[in-house]
Amino acid sequence: MLGFVNILLGGIAYGFVLFLMAGGLSITLGLMGFANMAHAALAMVGGYTAALLIGKAGWPFFAAVVMAGLTAAATGAILERLLFRRLYQASELEQVLLTIGVVYVAIAAATYLAGPEQMAIGVPAWLDGNLSLGPVDLNRYRLFLIVSGLVLLLSLVRLIEHTTFGAKIRAAVFNRRMTASCGIDVDKLYALAFALGSALAGIGGALSVNLLGLDPNFPIKFLTELLIVVSVGGLGSLRGTFLAAMLFGVIDVVGKYLLPEIGAFIIYATALALLTMRPQGLVGRPR
Amino acid sequence: MSDITLDLARMMVVRRARWTPLEIAFWLAAAAGYFLFPAKLVLLTQMLIGGLFAMSLDLLLGYGGIPSFGHAAFFGLGAYAAGLLAVHGWGEPLSGVLFGGLAAGGLGLAFSSVIAKVRGAAVLMVTLCIGLLLFEAASRMPWLTGGDTGLQGIDMWPLLGQFEFDLYGRTAFWYAYVVAFLLYLASRRYIHSPEGLALKGMRENHDRIPMLGVSTARRKMIAFTISATIAGMAGALLAQTTQIVALETLSFERSVAALIMLIVGGIGTLIGGFIGAAAFIWARDVLSALNPVYWMFWLGLILIALVLTARGGLVGALAVVADHLARRGPPR
Amino acid sequence: MIARGVIVATAMLAATISVRAEDRPLKIGWLMSYTGPGAAAGAASDAAIDVFFKTFGKSVAGRKIEIIKRDTTGPAPDVARRLAQELIVGEKVDFLAGMDYTPNTMAVAPLSTSAKVPLLIVNSATSGILAKHPFAVRFGFTTAEMAQQLAAYASKQKFKSVYTFVHEYEPGLDAEAMFIREFKSAGGAVAGSVRAPLKATDFSAYIQRIKDANPDAVFVFMAAGELPPIFLRQFKEAGLDPAKIIGIGDITDEASLPVAGDAALGVVTAFHYTQTHDSEANKEFARAFKSVAPDRPLNFLPVVAYDVLRAIRQVVEAQEGELNPDRTMELLKQIKFESPRGPISIDPATREIVQTVYFRKVEKRDGQIVNVEFASTPDVKDPGSAR
Repeated sequence: MLGFVNILLGGIAYGFVLFLMAGGLSITLGLMGFANMAHAALAMVGGYTAALLIGKAGWPFFAAVVMAGLTAAATGAILERLLFRRLYQASELEQVLLTIGVVYVAIAAATYLAGPEQMAIGVPAWLDGNLSLGPVDLNRYRLFLIVSGLVLLLSLVRLIEHTTFGAKIRAAVFNRRMTASCGIDVDKLYALAFALGSALAGIGGALSVNLLGLDPNFPIKFLTELLIVVSVGGLGSLRGTFLAAMLFGVIDVVGKYLLPEIGAFIIYATALALLTMRPQGLVGRPR
Repeated sequence: MSDITLDLARMMVVRRARWTPLEIAFWLAAAAGYFLFPAKLVLLTQMLIGGLFAMSLDLLLGYGGIPSFGHAAFFGLGAYAAGLLAVHGWGEPLSGVLFGGLAAGGLGLAFSSVIAKVRGAAVLMVTLCIGLLLFEAASRMPWLTGGDTGLQGIDMWPLLGQFEFDLYGRTAFWYAYVVAFLLYLASRRYIHSPEGLALKGMRENHDRIPMLGVSTARRKMIAFTISATIAGMAGALLAQTTQIVALETLSFERSVAALIMLIVGGIGTLIGGFIGAAAFIWARDVLSALNPVYWMFWLGLILIALVLTARGGLVGALAVVADHLARRGPPR
Repeated sequence: MIARGVIVATAMLAATISVRAEDRPLKIGWLMSYTGPGAAAGAASDAAIDVFFKTFGKSVAGRKIEIIKRDTTGPAPDVARRLAQELIVGEKVDFLAGMDYTPNTMAVAPLSTSAKVPLLIVNSATSGILAKHPFAVRFGFTTAEMAQQLAAYASKQKFKSVYTFVHEYEPGLDAEAMFIREFKSAGGAVAGSVRAPLKATDFSAYIQRIKDANPDAVFVFMAAGELPPIFLRQFKEAGLDPAKIIGIGDITDEASLPVAGDAALGVVTAFHYTQTHDSEANKEFARAFKSVAPDRPLNFLPVVAYDVLRAIRQVVEAQEGELNPDRTMELLKQIKFESPRGPISIDPATREIVQTVYFRKVEKRDGQIVNVEFASTPDVKDPGSAR
């Protein structure tokens, strides 16, 4: 029984890691409708920034994580201005091809700058080790991820659903020309939204390194998981992404615990079933 | 329908079915490749197989308007089916390809009703899940598939009882060439048939076709099954000519590579898949030989440049060039 | 007129022959993963090539050494097979060498056999892949030999029950089968077994199963790379003691050990090379390695790659540059020298490496986390597969 509680907690923590990484994708892919295969590459930018700042430059953990978000945001914004902007009106497939090109470049660049080996990230001592709550041992870092994930979820939902910035983005996605004719600078709005999505990717990347590891192959390794989480949740819905991430994390870990022989099979079967039954996602209106 | 409109329709079909210079040039060039690059026959063979796979995706995407992130499921299934047949004692190549096609087509049919129901971005995700599901299944059944080690011990009989699969890859090249060419001819017929035209109409205007009394769901299912069958045959060819099947044949990366090849070549042109595959595989080979560590950087840059400059892929770009030359007239 | 033509033709022929004798390069086709999940192996082997050239120069027996590097992109047997075929047919290589993932090696070995091109394997750890391929030689290790050593160690430590955790692919299955067979025959009990696919990145489910069984020790084999440190960290996070782990050296290899950090302290492993191995040959190699690749961690891979190149050099020298594949194989079977890892030789009967297996414990020394040797078994051979 106690083992099962631990497993459940492990699954929830894994779900939060997924949510931290997929949150940004839920904005660029989900909300803006840009088929962004380079999202995990932006997360990697954040991961390397944090790992190098802590490891080589001796920065404190939190300053490095903030910097990781900023660097990823800047990278995302530059890419958006330089490349992605030209393809908002193009087909999804051209967006896929372009961003895959970016992924290839990112993998080679990471190998060149930091080598092919895995990167370590130092976490502050108070986040290391376990916290004993009675019979349950809780890993401090996983607890910290859960708290960060909740903060992120609440602030994002607030930003997108309760501020004019969020309303403008939703309006622009719904009807770009109409929004522009209302005097809103859609171009700038998109750039900002993309930078926001990238910043989240960077922070998520930096925070997840301690659990998932970091090497130049990162942009490909987690891409499919993130795509599934965002689409199972429902494009454009942060709550949906969150729900799907939790579901994905818990089913994955519990499934591997109870039936290690079948492994990830269960999770993909669940995703397929959910997508067929609700193509619009867990949260989301039929289009 | 009156006789005149029927005649008109028939004329249009005939006109559209005429061979373009590009198609003829491609198949001639591929045959010439055999004599020009005798040391690169394996690469040329894999270009043809990649082209066939990309073309099968074109039937789906370019003609049916159904995108896929998991087409490798059918490619890989065909590869494993043909590979397993050979491992278990039946190494005859042609029946092996048919078997691979049947297996993949069967799975395609099974999933086609699911696909026919969903539209838009959800199709990408449903196909992605199908691909991942098959990958996981193959990876969790090492007793059957060899798991991460790959399916080993594929022993092919001589082609037509005559031609051994040799170290230079000569037999393998002509074998892949002929099979790919025949499937290309068949696909051409299909897309220029009334069935294919209806499919195209569906892509252009999804909501109007049903008003003409054509069932979109059924058309989609047929297209999906045909596409899966051809993808499976391409996979079977790869299994037989490399005599090994890796899990990678089922991977997301393989699906994405087919998409890249198709977009690079030109969607909805049929020959575009082959041209894109040849260009992509050739570029990857040259770049990775020049620089085994950082070749992805250059490949990535080329992809980015292609998307930004050559809309419509290489076939589109070539058409623009040809058009330009034609307008200027032949040089005197 | 005709006579003049004959003279010119003879002269030209003579010229080409002399060119062939002197400038004919020695071509080595080098197959490694330079991109993808195993990219570190490619980079490490490149450093070994640099050390080799620096130490022995760029030619042997009058032939310039040309190493043609190809990227197998990770565990991709079809890619490896195509590249090997092109190297044999197109480049007409004298040797095939490198090789990391077992599937790739199994795909390449049949080509080496049918084309009679010697294949020198750096690191594919499955037993039995050489048996059908008389032109293949292994310089790395097999997981079976390490598992056998660890089973002996476990029973000597009086562990009553051991849980096994391996990566689910050939080398892992070999390791699991051998460990269970040997440990049981020595009177031990296996508390349970679980296998993880190579792609898994979250191990909490597997670790919980281990925790539920509460064994005296956990036998672990995972492919070297980015995953072992993640496993070790999650193992410790789950409240388990890393000192309970006995594993094959890949899990604490020096390239990933810094990433695992304190989570690796106390882990016991068996392996063929240790960075801190105390010998003149190792110190010398470490110095040379540092001068060509100051930022690269020194682990088993460059050492074995270096040994492979030394072996090639020896057999080419012995034949004075005129290579005959059968003679080359005879000479390879007689290879015996002091490697940075210790004395090595090739078993003529099986073409497997014969080497010392070291038992090491992860410790902190001068602030660095390192493997420290505490015991060894000399002249270990591959015992073959237990499956």
